[in-house]
Amino acid sequence: MNKFNIFINDSDETFECFEQEHLLKGMLRLGRKDIPVGCRNGGCGVCKVKIVSGQYQAGIMSRNHVSVEEQNEDIALACRVFPRSDITLNVLGKMKNEFVRTHVASQNTKS
Amino acid sequence: MAITGVMRPGHVMLNVLDIDESVKHYCEHMGLIETDRDDQGRVYLKCWDEHDWFSVVLQKNDSPGMDHMAFKVDNQASLLRFEENLKKFGCNVERIAAGELNHCGERVRFDSPTGHTFELYTEKEVYGNGLPTTNPAPWPEGLQGMQAVRFDHCLLYGDDLDGTVKLFVEALEFDVAEQVVDGELQIAAFLSCSHKAHDIAFIRNEEKNKIHHASFLLNTWENVLRAADIISMKDIPLDIGPTRHGLTRGQTIYFFDPSGNRNEVFCEDSYRYPDSPVLTWTPDHLGQAIFYHSRELNDRFLNVVT
Repeated sequence: MNKFNIFINDSDETFECFEQEHLLKGMLRLGRKDIPVGCRNGGCGVCKVKIVSGQYQAGIMSRNHVSVEEQNEDIALACRVFPRSDITLNVLGKMKNEFVRTHVASQNTKS
Repeated sequence: MAITGVMRPGHVMLNVLDIDESVKHYCEHMGLIETDRDDQGRVYLKCWDEHDWFSVVLQKNDSPGMDHMAFKVDNQASLLRFEENLKKFGCNVERIAAGELNHCGERVRFDSPTGHTFELYTEKEVYGNGLPTTNPAPWPEGLQGMQAVRFDHCLLYGDDLDGTVKLFVEALEFDVAEQVVDGELQIAAFLSCSHKAHDIAFIRNEEKNKIHHASFLLNTWENVLRAADIISMKDIPLDIGPTRHGLTRGQTIYFFDPSGNRNEVFCEDSYRYPDSPVLTWTPDHLGQAIFYHSRELNDRFLNVVT
């Protein structure tokens, strides 16, 4: 069972994700309460991300939330993305603000 | 009490991303029965204790959501009256030929101020509930999963709540049974055309034409707990529950279908008569109105729609 490291650019956090589970499930191991977990079936769009680097397999997603153009630019719903290598991602949609806030807070702590 | 005019929700057509996964969910997990497929690939389902041929139609689409919800009307005279009312109200009204949906008679389709499409019809072929009409047993054998009894209602989200509530009350003769109001502003309206706590409900929301959930009746609280077991057993994404609503008093659990459309199964909500008072909830009690025990508003339950 392969396991990969997933890096979130916005918050400088890394989580582990098995190849047979979707990124959102892995992300929940961060233990954060603010991760918007919606329908978990590619329909509601709250877990939208952009895969910046890495290999993945994506399942079917709502066109209302991920257009063909977006999909070609590696934008996807985390609940439909299965990792095939280590991945770096940016958070989009409803999750964005919370993750940026975490990053700003951690930067302030460091300085 | 005689139920005249609009009798009940007759069916909901849901858009799904994958037909096979959806049929497995609605049939094997929820207990609906497949009764037909058509040349467009649409799948017709019914709950066991419904006599008409179908109450759910699954249609493949690239986005989930509700295509339309249809109500069964008692007779042609009522249908013509409602059709006139809808035209006077300002709806775009069109007739859909009998047979466009298998086993269903002519339908009157109309739009609404919240952007949802609805239909009325008077005829649907009878499939039966698996029991004889003379000396019937209490339930048929061989039911699957949650054993949903009937398609009960939908809760829909849209912008012009006032307009759509006015349409259902004035043009279709529904009553507001229960509501949430913030001062003068109605936030939510639960409407009934029968003895039920609600046959359709609406919540004010920025975006038009969204569905919060399609709901199915179970008979007992024990069956709701058993549905919760099935949700975990079959790895179905749980939304919330088992719990109780203050609004409608329903004992309930919510989960998502394989395309992200929310489903509810529930039991033992309240009832009404034409002279029943309108029940009102205020924003300071919204937590109780939605989840009577925890009283905690939940971002996913309030905001995730398809």
